[in-house]
Amino acid sequence: MEALDGNSAIAEAIKQIEPDVVVSYPQSPSILILEAIALFIANGEMDSEFLNVESDYSAMSTCIGVASSGGRVFTATASQGLALMHEALFIASSLRLPIVIGVTNRTLAAPINFNADHSDSMAQRDSGWIQIFSENSQEAYDNIIQAFKIAENKDVRTPVMVGIDSVVTSNLCENIHIQKNEEILEFENKSNPTYSVLDIENPKTVGSLCASDYFFEHKMNQNNGIENSRKVIKNVGKEFGDRFNRYYGYFETYELEDAEYAVILMSSSAGTAKKAVDEMRKRGEKVGLLKLRVFRPFPYKELRESLSNLKSIAVLDRVLTPGTYGGPLFIETMAALYNLDKRPLVYPYIYGLGGRDITLKHIENIFDDMKMAFDNGKGIPEIKYINLRE
Amino acid sequence: MLKKWQDLEIGGINSDSGNSIKKGLNNLEICKKPEFNPELCRNCFLCWVFCPDNAIIIENSMVTGINYDFCKGCGICITECPVTEAQKPLYIKEDKSAL
Ligand code: SF4
Ligand code: SF4
Repeated sequence: MEALDGNSAIAEAIKQIEPDVVVSYPQSPSILILEAIALFIANGEMDSEFLNVESDYSAMSTCIGVASSGGRVFTATASQGLALMHEALFIASSLRLPIVIGVTNRTLAAPINFNADHSDSMAQRDSGWIQIFSENSQEAYDNIIQAFKIAENKDVRTPVMVGIDSVVTSNLCENIHIQKNEEILEFENKSNPTYSVLDIENPKTVGSLCASDYFFEHKMNQNNGIENSRKVIKNVGKEFGDRFNRYYGYFETYELEDAEYAVILMSSSAGTAKKAVDEMRKRGEKVGLLKLRVFRPFPYKELRESLSNLKSIAVLDRVLTPGTYGGPLFIETMAALYNLDKRPLVYPYIYGLGGRDITLKHIENIFDDMKMAFDNGKGIPEIKYINLRE
Repeated sequence: MLKKWQDLEIGGINSDSGNSIKKGLNNLEICKKPEFNPELCRNCFLCWVFCPDNAIIIENSMVTGINYDFCKGCGICITECPVTEAQKPLYIKEDKSAL
């Protein structure tokens, strides 16, 4: 057991994985990940090339260069930094490069704010990256270790971003299990790159022009990588569990088996929600929680299986997507369930923007509201905003 | 026959680099920079008009040569030059190492 904040937990995982190159550009609060790695390298505790670049866009471009050359590469960013990477993220995923990045999920300006919400990662949900969200430092550590194995799988070859909530997870300490170096190295066993531009015997053209006769086929080929990752994410989560006794899947269910009402959310607020479920269970309420871990690829089939028997569900999005009916998690959950003959009523909630607290009371209120609405047969759910002064 | 998506290399990678020469996509032998012989030139400036990289040098209303720092060897100037094949002021040297 070691007391680590989320940033240090990610840095610790990177120290053990020891990628060929770590690319660094400072964003708050993800810079603390890179600072810790720089210190490891300076102290001789790890042997990676540490590249300081001049922007987040350069950081992602450098990652693309390293991965195209067959190197293992890591960088970390947050908020505006991830937004600046936007264009290069698409290049990385469509070139099928197994890059792994840590994202401390911080809100997007304006106004400038350093606290948690998911607007940065959600803005990249169509970038073709695998997106994994972590509840706490332990999951941050575990997810980073699994991310390389998922990304480098030869059927997947797709980049992965691992999210942790800014400040609440990234900067707060908790006790976590760190595996031994040998265990991690044994788990990872680096795969040979499928191609490398540095192989002068077999020259390759990377990122060439493609007309309408082949473009669609190339995009479909790219999509195939992330579709293949469904199986791989599951297997890697299971293998990780078999080795280290912490199992992972697309999502974690909590008291969901016999539940009638459930809340779905991602990342750190799951801790609060679990506690709320416990409290309500003590009072005999049939409530449960589903904490989504993998947002891309979206596990719509598995969600159907887990959710279809509920009476109603509240989907809590930690992002405001202006002008839509609910956030991305709500919309995708709705889409997953809509074609079922028997499906629960789904309520859209927005919460926690820019680090706004969500408490036990709020979550209990959500369950109460849902129950009341269901019993009274109230019509179509409207979007509700948690802990907003209005 | 165009390939199906299942048959493509991942990442849109092309492992068959330089295949435009093999496939004869450019019969002007792409990437060979032309030579220029001022004695044969009629100074019509068509090459100067069409050169996509502004690499045809004109001094005192006469074509005097090619700026090889900018010439990419596309061969457009040779195609556009109206002088008959045997007398072309722009031509590819037989020695193919020119590049
Ligand atoms: S070969 Fe192409 S680039 Fe070179 S001078 Fe002729 S037209 Fe210009
Ligand atoms: S097109 Fe031919 S003839 Fe005309 S200027 Fe150029 S080289 Fe001379």
